Amino acid sequence: MDTELGLIAVLIAVVVCLIPIFVIFFSVNRTCKTKNPNVKSTRRTKAASVMIIAGSGGHTKEILSLVSSFGSHYSPRYYIVANTDKMSRQKIEALEAKEIKLSNREEYSIHTIPRSREVSQSWFTTVLSTASATLYSFPLVFRLKPEVILCNGPGTCIPLCVAGLVLKIFRDLKIVYIESICRVETLSLSGKILYYLADSLLVQWPSLHQKYPRSTYIGRLV
Amino acid sequence: MSVFVTVGTTKFDSLINTVTHYSAIKAFQDLGYNRLVLQIGAGKIPKELDQLADLNQFTIEHYHFKPSITEDIESASLVISHAGAGSILETLGARKPLLVVINEDLMGNHQLELAYQLYRDQHLYYCECSTFVDTLKSSDFSKLKPFPDRKPKLFVDYLDNLLGFK
Repeated sequence: MDTELGLIAVLIAVVVCLIPIFVIFFSVNRTCKTKNPNVKSTRRTKAASVMIIAGSGGHTKEILSLVSSFGSHYSPRYYIVANTDKMSRQKIEALEAKEIKLSNREEYSIHTIPRSREVSQSWFTTVLSTASATLYSFPLVFRLKPEVILCNGPGTCIPLCVAGLVLKIFRDLKIVYIESICRVETLSLSGKILYYLADSLLVQWPSLHQKYPRSTYIGRLV
Repeated sequence: MSVFVTVGTTKFDSLINTVTHYSAIKAFQDLGYNRLVLQIGAGKIPKELDQLADLNQFTIEHYHFKPSITEDIESASLVISHAGAGSILETLGARKPLLVVINEDLMGNHQLELAYQLYRDQHLYYCECSTFVDTLKSSDFSKLKPFPDRKPKLFVDYLDNLLGFK
């Protein structure tokens, strides 16, 4: 019941924020769409900028373990952490100092956003805080213009992905959601929201892929 | 031979009380263990620890938190853990026999899905505090299957394809 209310709350907030944004962008700028149909056919060599959303705790741990195997062609890396989350920031700095190749070390930055939903927050205040997080996410995503958004929940990633969906109207962007290894039977709330919105949604158990056929299963990732 | 007990970043006092109960210590000794290391997180140190200190050739150590529990897992012959994904995956990655103790307060919580699935795949055993001693005695840890290593390239290869690097 809580989950459903949370889902409705998040969706209401997102829709409310989207209406004015769509109006602004469609009326002001329809010409900067730069899609070239020939680009896809050739092999890409230019590095891709990545936005990595560190969701806190176990979410951060999982996503950083994916990032730790990145080569230098994923650069620059924009990490997003919630303003209340000091631990994730430390883990990101430790990873960048240790794991990523020396030549590439400076090409990352850490950005903070308000947290959209604390554990057991009521559905009404969730609407307000998600709305505020959504409004905050748009300038950030439009300024950084990542080519990939990587996220794995929890709710903090939703406003950023919504901003990413709008940015996708104007330029190439892939939104990739990686469901936690803890999810064996059901998708998480953020996974359910992004099931139809993300470019790919990776799950780590075959049983979960069977239940959600639009998802992708390539094996255990963390 | 030592046993390492970990409760992760929160607390799980009923687990700590269970593994330091006389009946559990007796079971550990019968199985040939002579050392118990407890990571108790934000929980309380059980009062009985002092009384247990004079146990014959059995030592008990405890601490609240460490930046990394890797060493304690590596030096243990058996790991007893809460159902948290971090502790479970680290223990299985180190190829150590694992008994997960489910916190009854989390019943129905999705966080238990992983432990149940890994039990079905025969990578660990699980029990509750009330069945801990019986499970410890009856479990044959040599029957557990090694957990396959993670392939770090899997995800990067997928992403490379998605973006056209390959």
